[in-house]
Amino acid sequence: MARLVRICAVIYLATACASACAAQDLRVPDSAVAGEETSISTTGSGKATFYLAGPGVSRKNQVALGEQIRLTAQDLGDAGYYLAILCSETCRSASFYVRAGKPASLSFIVHPSRVPVAQNEAVNGVALPFDQYRNLVLAPVIVNFQLKAKDASLFSRAVPTQNGVAWFRTASGKSAGALLVVASLDELTTRRAVQQVASEACNLRITGQRTKTGILVQTEPVHDCSGNVLPDGTIVTFSATGPEGRDTVDAPIKQGIARAQMDSSGATTISVASGVVMGNEIRVGAQP
Amino acid sequence: MKYALPVILVAVTAALMVLGLYVTGQAGGTVGVTKGSALHTAKADTPDQGLENLLADVQRRNWDRAFADVSSSSGITEQAFIQDWMGSNGSLRSFSSLEGFDARPLHATNDEAQMRVRLHFSTPVGPLEDVRDFRLIREGEVWKAVWPKVQVPSIPAEVIPVTFLRWDLVTGGADEEWGARNIDAPHVRIISMNAVDTATGAVVMGEVTNEDTVPAFVTVNATLVDAAGNAIDEESSFDKIAHVLLPKQVTPYRIDFPNLHLGNVKNVRMDEKATLVPASADPVIGVMNQRIETDVQGKSVLHGDLLNQGGQTVNIPHVIASFYDNNGKVVWVSDGYVDRALLPQSSQSFAVEIPKNLSTAVHSFHVVVNQYSLGKS
Repeated sequence: MARLVRICAVIYLATACASACAAQDLRVPDSAVAGEETSISTTGSGKATFYLAGPGVSRKNQVALGEQIRLTAQDLGDAGYYLAILCSETCRSASFYVRAGKPASLSFIVHPSRVPVAQNEAVNGVALPFDQYRNLVLAPVIVNFQLKAKDASLFSRAVPTQNGVAWFRTASGKSAGALLVVASLDELTTRRAVQQVASEACNLRITGQRTKTGILVQTEPVHDCSGNVLPDGTIVTFSATGPEGRDTVDAPIKQGIARAQMDSSGATTISVASGVVMGNEIRVGAQP
Repeated sequence: MKYALPVILVAVTAALMVLGLYVTGQAGGTVGVTKGSALHTAKADTPDQGLENLLADVQRRNWDRAFADVSSSSGITEQAFIQDWMGSNGSLRSFSSLEGFDARPLHATNDEAQMRVRLHFSTPVGPLEDVRDFRLIREGEVWKAVWPKVQVPSIPAEVIPVTFLRWDLVTGGADEEWGARNIDAPHVRIISMNAVDTATGAVVMGEVTNEDTVPAFVTVNATLVDAAGNAIDEESSFDKIAHVLLPKQVTPYRIDFPNLHLGNVKNVRMDEKATLVPASADPVIGVMNQRIETDVQGKSVLHGDLLNQGGQTVNIPHVIASFYDNNGKVVWVSDGYVDRALLPQSSQSFAVEIPKNLSTAVHSFHVVVNQYSLGKS
């Protein structure tokens, strides 16, 4: 009985070995780069059907077992996981990862496009390196961020990407005007501009004088607390309270000054505001 | 027997025709006429009839007959009379029609009468009401209205230097690099909010300001939320807001929730949306002589005059007023359209109503003017 069992085991192993030696197999690349050619090696003999499925490809063709299967740059244009399947009498499969190539472009978005001066953590930017096939480069690279205003450097920082993203956040400058924001990676440079604008009005003051037709009231040049002139078009609200009632005029700043003509002929108190900022109050006597 | 049915049909038809003629002859009015006959003007042998004839003819835009109901002592031309009713310069009145009227006598003698008329206009912005006092005098056997002379602003020919500011918007193409020319939406902020119950429903109101340096088109939405966190209703400020806000401008807003009360409301979710729009800072409109008065009907009304300090005609001025209590809290927001165009360097009066129950609570107010000009976005 023991002899019979031994004979059966030998026959089984021999059959299994023969079967394994005759069957197809495939070996995928350990490391592949998007947009670069590579190949998959096969074993066995005879014909087989090869399937390749990936983020941007789905391919089927006949191959000869035992030969290399060539994967073109077009096949591997998109980074990500690929599945290779080889079918003859049975099917074998293997997956492999294609990573992004060298950074070829740097996408850069900066927020906001306008920012009031002297605001903490008001400007932020995000840079994303991409290879020539627009695959996000996930391998860490160093992105240099630089902020310049009127040729003076306000901020400079080298930031490594994490999962393909590098970002910064910083305060806005003190002066109104264009803020140049630059992100660079090796020879790649991307520029963006942020408009720094005056902040809320500060020390809003008015003067008034009686004219033939009423009272002409005007602001002194309207600045923010950093000394920047508020942009033209900013609304300043004048309110006059007199014996005839109350007059209000929403007047835009023109060349740094807002003016309004009030009708009141009696003794009048005039106040001023811009947005939520209040200014001084003046009293103008009655028309003589 | 075989002729019975046709005979009956002919008889019924004839009876209906006669009935139809009779009913038409007795008709008290047509659609839109509240009083008097719209087809045949009765002899104006009473002040009521004289006024009804006049207004019915105005309603039908039968101007010759309407003007015949006006006393010749008025000293007004038919053209001026028509313009008074029809409006001019693309004003709201130009797009309105008299929908109906209710008249009641104030006092009357044998030769003179005073009537107060509530005029109901239909307009593109909804129904508008106007209260006018008419004076009627007896001329022979007929009562006629004395029409006040229409005060047309006399604007001298002049050159007004145009130095107004304007913001234009240039948008990038779809093929531009990502993130290269982004322009953020303007930054607006709700600076106050108050929710109250009224007889007609819940009202959410307050003020919103444009904190940015560019003009903004603003809408404010409110969602009423119950205790379970479910939305009960959502409404927008619609026309109870000055939508185009220049930098640092403040506007009131009011959002009405008809037939809803705050009893079931746990929370009010506010949502302000702003988009960048081209805009112009001209014309500047002064709001002059603002005062709260009690009108002839006993209502508290904020009166004032709009003064166009610019060089462009404002076809449809729209006034929005916020009213504050002693603590500076917005307790009500009212609005009203002015049905006359606001010509350059001229003024038009306006009035917005304050609810009776709030008239004592109102301590101060703030008025903004929305301006709609034809051919201008």
